[in-house]
Amino acid sequence: MAGKGTRARNRAFGLKMVLWSLFRRRSRLLVALTGVTIGATVLLGLITLCYDIPKQLGREFRSYGANMVLVKDQVGGRLSAGDLAAARAALPAAQLVGLTPFRYEAVRSHMLPYTAVGTGFEDVRRTSPFWRVEGLWPGAPGEALVGVDVSTATGLGPGSLLTLEGRDSRQVRYEKNFTVSGVVSTGSVEDGFIYVSLADMEAMTGESGLVDLAEVSLTTSGGQSLEEMAGAVQTAAPGVEARLVVRVTRSEETVMGKLTWLVYLVTLVVLTLTMICVSTTMMTVVIERRKEIGLKKALGAESRSVAREFLGEGLLLGVLGGLLGSAAGVGFARIVSHSVFGRGLSPEGHLVPVTVAVSAAVTVLASLWPVRRAVDVEPAAVLRGE
Amino acid sequence: MSDNILDVIDVSKIYGPVKALQNVSLSVRPGEWLAIMGPSGSGKTTLMNIVGCLDSPSLGRVILDGLGLDQLTAGELTAIRREAIGLIFQQFHLIGYLNALENVMVAQYYHSLVDEAEALEALAKVGLADRAKHLPRQLSGGEQQRVCVARALINHPKLLLADEPTGNLDETNEGLVMDILHGLHRQGGTIIVVTHSPEVAQHAERVVVLEHGRVASDSRGADFSDPSGASQTA
Ligand SMILES: Nc1ncnc2c1ncn2[C@@H]1O[C@H](COP(=O)(O)OP(=O)(O)OP(=O)(O)O)[C@@H](O)[C@H]1O
Ligand SMILES: [Mg+2]
Repeated sequence: MAGKGTRARNRAFGLKMVLWSLFRRRSRLLVALTGVTIGATVLLGLITLCYDIPKQLGREFRSYGANMVLVKDQVGGRLSAGDLAAARAALPAAQLVGLTPFRYEAVRSHMLPYTAVGTGFEDVRRTSPFWRVEGLWPGAPGEALVGVDVSTATGLGPGSLLTLEGRDSRQVRYEKNFTVSGVVSTGSVEDGFIYVSLADMEAMTGESGLVDLAEVSLTTSGGQSLEEMAGAVQTAAPGVEARLVVRVTRSEETVMGKLTWLVYLVTLVVLTLTMICVSTTMMTVVIERRKEIGLKKALGAESRSVAREFLGEGLLLGVLGGLLGSAAGVGFARIVSHSVFGRGLSPEGHLVPVTVAVSAAVTVLASLWPVRRAVDVEPAAVLRGE
Repeated sequence: MSDNILDVIDVSKIYGPVKALQNVSLSVRPGEWLAIMGPSGSGKTTLMNIVGCLDSPSLGRVILDGLGLDQLTAGELTAIRREAIGLIFQQFHLIGYLNALENVMVAQYYHSLVDEAEALEALAKVGLADRAKHLPRQLSGGEQQRVCVARALINHPKLLLADEPTGNLDETNEGLVMDILHGLHRQGGTIIVVTHSPEVAQHAERVVVLEHGRVASDSRGADFSDPSGASQTA
């Protein structure tokens, strides 16, 4: 008699009851939904920020310059092109911000001694974002950048002509003319140097493929630690020593570590607050409907099935609130990120399903206790009254 | 072992200083139609709740269909309500977000299986075929009461407990509801009706009058020719 179709009809009726309860009591739905949505908004908003802040700070830290330096392990040794290629290959591409070769030569200009540095200007801009250039960065062969101290001492500025003299690898004298394209200030020893492109330097000295050191800038948020990466480089390129720039990296890692704890703490607090907010809402909802629970039990509903219906409603409410809250939370995080860091943020897509799941779980959990209490009451007690 | 469907044995229900029921004893035979009368506050609803397994007595025992209710678990009491009892509530207790038809179907849902056609037919019997899709707040008091009647009878209960089933009804609709009760009675159902109305009580085979939580009189058949007589004056 109780065919498959009839039983399916029963299930459909149960499901419809849940939907009717939510959508025919629109004002109640709105109240409960608002509670859940606010919880989810705060949760996703803060978690997004928590994800974002270390990234933003990482970016800020990187503007302090390179955090690894590659040199040859014997004194006076130079790095070959092969060494650099091997080192570059050993570093995780996702964490490598830039790798800049430097070659130093003693030169003279108007009888005075200077240090000329051959480098890649594109790379320098990545590993030393704090360099400030007045005028232009060199863009063509024969263009040079002078440190601000050199500029002050000699009066050289953008557009000036500069002649560098010296002896090449075979001790033959050379003399080469450059145009100064800009003046660089770094606030450090670099202000006393003259910068030319590595190609110009190699042409001048007649010696190519060798550099004195390379500066590497790496991100540490996510992935390998600096020590791991240094180890990888030394294994892949024998004879190369990867030194960590201690001053910057230490502070970066300490601050990051502290921030990670802060992230956990904030998430925990927010989760607790969300839980309280949602459970208060669900408590009100359930208490308001004690009579209905009493009636269903009077009609012979088992406590289990009444509880299931209410928890089903909670689940639906949680999912709906989680979706709405996710949308609102991303907006909230955007506004905060913009006003604090002056940058937009890339929303973490995977946080949305997490938020929806958490919100659904919290709503169901929060309903559990009040539903259990309502279901345990004797029907006569709740059916009386008013 | 009695063959009564219901034995209420020396039952009292005490709410702090209020004694809602005091040493009430009552036996009902299968298929009997009983009316309970008495002034407001005399304990009629309290007694119905106890017999209907919605509440338990402070003292005394209730034996329903051979089972001592005090020995049963909450789950077993729920099963009795579901399988054997139909309840018509004094305050209707319809679910606000379900329409009339769905309110009747809820009883089917928890009892066994929903059957929309049957539920619609039950509504038609109480004269509400054209109100099936209305929500309770769109129905008059009398209409809500009739939905409650349809819901109580949809699963053909062995024992119908009706608390003021006609309190809000005009003569025509009262007639409709009484016809339905007669139908159940003919099929062998046991009926206990709480009422203030002598006309409704007249349909019963036996009238019990409660006063201050005690059984003041218990009269059958011929004795009950004048319901507004001695037993009615509180
Ligand atoms: N939960 C309760 N707490 C305290 N007192 C109660 C409770 N339930 C019932 N009473 C009291 O018990 C007495 C009997 O109540 P009951 O509802 O059974 O009366 P009734 O005969 O159904 O009255 P009416 O005809 O007005 O429906 C009343 O005095 C009532 O105030
Ligand atoms: Mg009453």
